[in-house]
Amino acid sequence: MEKYSIGIDIGSTSAKTVVVDENKRIIFTDLQPTGWSSIETAEGIRKLLAEKGFDPAGAAKVIATGYGRISVPYATKTVTEISCHGKGAVQLFGKNNLTVIDIGGQDTKVISVVDGSVRDFLMNDKCSAGTGRFLEVMANSLGVSLPTLCDMAEQGGGVKISSMCTVFAESEVISLIGKGESRENIAYAVVASIIEKVVSQVGRLQGASTNYCLTGGLCDMEYIRASLEKALGFPVVTCPDARFAGALGAAIR
Amino acid sequence: MSYELPAAFEEFAAGRQSGFLRVKERKEQGGKVAGTFCAFTPVELLDAAGFLAASLCGMSNETIPIAETELPKNICPLVKSSYGFYLSDKCPYTYFADLIVGETTCDAKKKMYEMLGKGKNVYTLHLPQGIKAPYAKEQWISELHRFHDYLEEAFGVTITDDDLRKAAERRNEFRAARARMLNLLSADVPPVSGTELYAFLDGLGFVFDLDEAIKKVNDLADEMSKHVSDKVTPGGKRILVTGCPIGGVYKKAVGAIEANGANVVCYENCGGIKPLRNSVDLSNPDIYDALAEYYLHIGCSVMTPNEERLKMYPELFKEFKVDAVLDLDLQACHTYIIEGYTIKQLCKDYGVPYMQLETDYSEADAGQISTRIAAFLETLED
Repeated sequence: MEKYSIGIDIGSTSAKTVVVDENKRIIFTDLQPTGWSSIETAEGIRKLLAEKGFDPAGAAKVIATGYGRISVPYATKTVTEISCHGKGAVQLFGKNNLTVIDIGGQDTKVISVVDGSVRDFLMNDKCSAGTGRFLEVMANSLGVSLPTLCDMAEQGGGVKISSMCTVFAESEVISLIGKGESRENIAYAVVASIIEKVVSQVGRLQGASTNYCLTGGLCDMEYIRASLEKALGFPVVTCPDARFAGALGAAIR
Repeated sequence: MSYELPAAFEEFAAGRQSGFLRVKERKEQGGKVAGTFCAFTPVELLDAAGFLAASLCGMSNETIPIAETELPKNICPLVKSSYGFYLSDKCPYTYFADLIVGETTCDAKKKMYEMLGKGKNVYTLHLPQGIKAPYAKEQWISELHRFHDYLEEAFGVTITDDDLRKAAERRNEFRAARARMLNLLSADVPPVSGTELYAFLDGLGFVFDLDEAIKKVNDLADEMSKHVSDKVTPGGKRILVTGCPIGGVYKKAVGAIEANGANVVCYENCGGIKPLRNSVDLSNPDIYDALAEYYLHIGCSVMTPNEERLKMYPELFKEFKVDAVLDLDLQACHTYIIEGYTIKQLCKDYGVPYMQLETDYSEADAGQISTRIAAFLETLED
């Protein structure tokens, strides 16, 4: 059988696996919740890969990334998710100069890729402001799923959340609910707040390309992509495989 | 074969702990102890007045909770930790100090000294916030005289110009010896790792016999310069660490640099090379003028503008063959954090990659810090 390489991206919310062939073409992907134990998740992935004919033991290389990267005992190397998202996005979008926006579960990264290599990056501080977790918590307070939150946000407007902190923003949302504000307007405010945070982060990346792309778990939330595009004033591209950008970047490194 | 660091090196590195007993002994023999916080402390006056000077900078997360019973949470961890050591009586140097010397450097420290003054004997020198104003040096000279008069009066000692000159000569030698140790890191493969050397430098804040220390440190520099350390990754990227005093965070941050295959080759901080690039000009007939010149040229971010700091980088880049700069700043240290932007631009002009990290003494962000440092180092390899 031809040689294959494996990239495993264990994030705080979900674990992504990509297998590529010798020509760096994606031949297998898997997405599953990380759960409470990265070690067990990694073991589950190993078994799954073996079943599908991509036993890590027979791979050209197995590179682990994401915050759970150290929990993959069969990885031949670990690389940070920042480098991997950069590399993965270059391949996915076919451009060597990119600004990658990855809204992850526990952190949001903006990565400047120049000539195919990561030149600069910024991560949010040690709190969940502006992350996927922020959106999740807010969706929960509104009693809806994340896709529904985005659908509702599209119908709303006119309300603003000022707290960046997830805990404070949640109480702000609850008090808006109490005041009888419509869920659509609150959903709008929630998404607007995260977009604002990301745009300010992008602004701090110096000399970054205006070829924006969105990677990570929010890639199929069209409303998020469109809102980013509007706020940045430049096209923001994404694709269904963009959630695998980190794992792909690991596999092709 | 692995190179084992000399016993004298380890002795100095353990200075913070072992100094307790020496201080206690000297106190029992009637000696006087002064606690200091900052590179701006004119230690020559303390030496000449017969004080043992010990560094009180708080480096531990342990005393922060108690400090937060009186201080706000969102300020510098060094200031909180220092004050916490006083409140909890956990620092024997603070406990034994007959005098604590403060300077009007940053706002948090300044106000903390006022609070410290309620329970301890605190003397605060008023440091000018820049060197350009024509009266800046005059102000600092008159502050040095005022401190001299205070010491003479409060402790019944006499400090002559000659005493001060002798003290300055000794301190110059001590600074030169410390600089020699830091310069060991300029070697292609140094005899000591960045973390090991930082512990050593920290220990030098608790040296009470300067003549002996000067000799020992110089001997160490001679001996160690002939060796290479196996704790250093040969060919690893060479990192200059700059920013705030990092005693409370170097294990977390420098540890992550070393764990990811790079080496710290230069500490630009005040605990590192920053105060060692110049010395007191002993040919100056006025020793107070000479001291003022020396201290005012320390490139700390409290100075505005802070050109002295900027001047240093191009030289350091060359001398230490620096591949990248990591600006390590403590939470809420406005002057260093803001000045980071200027340093970033300077690094850009010299083509040296730069990253700034803001952290505190807790372990809460250890994972994030490690990821950011690893990612930064990966960008250097690409």
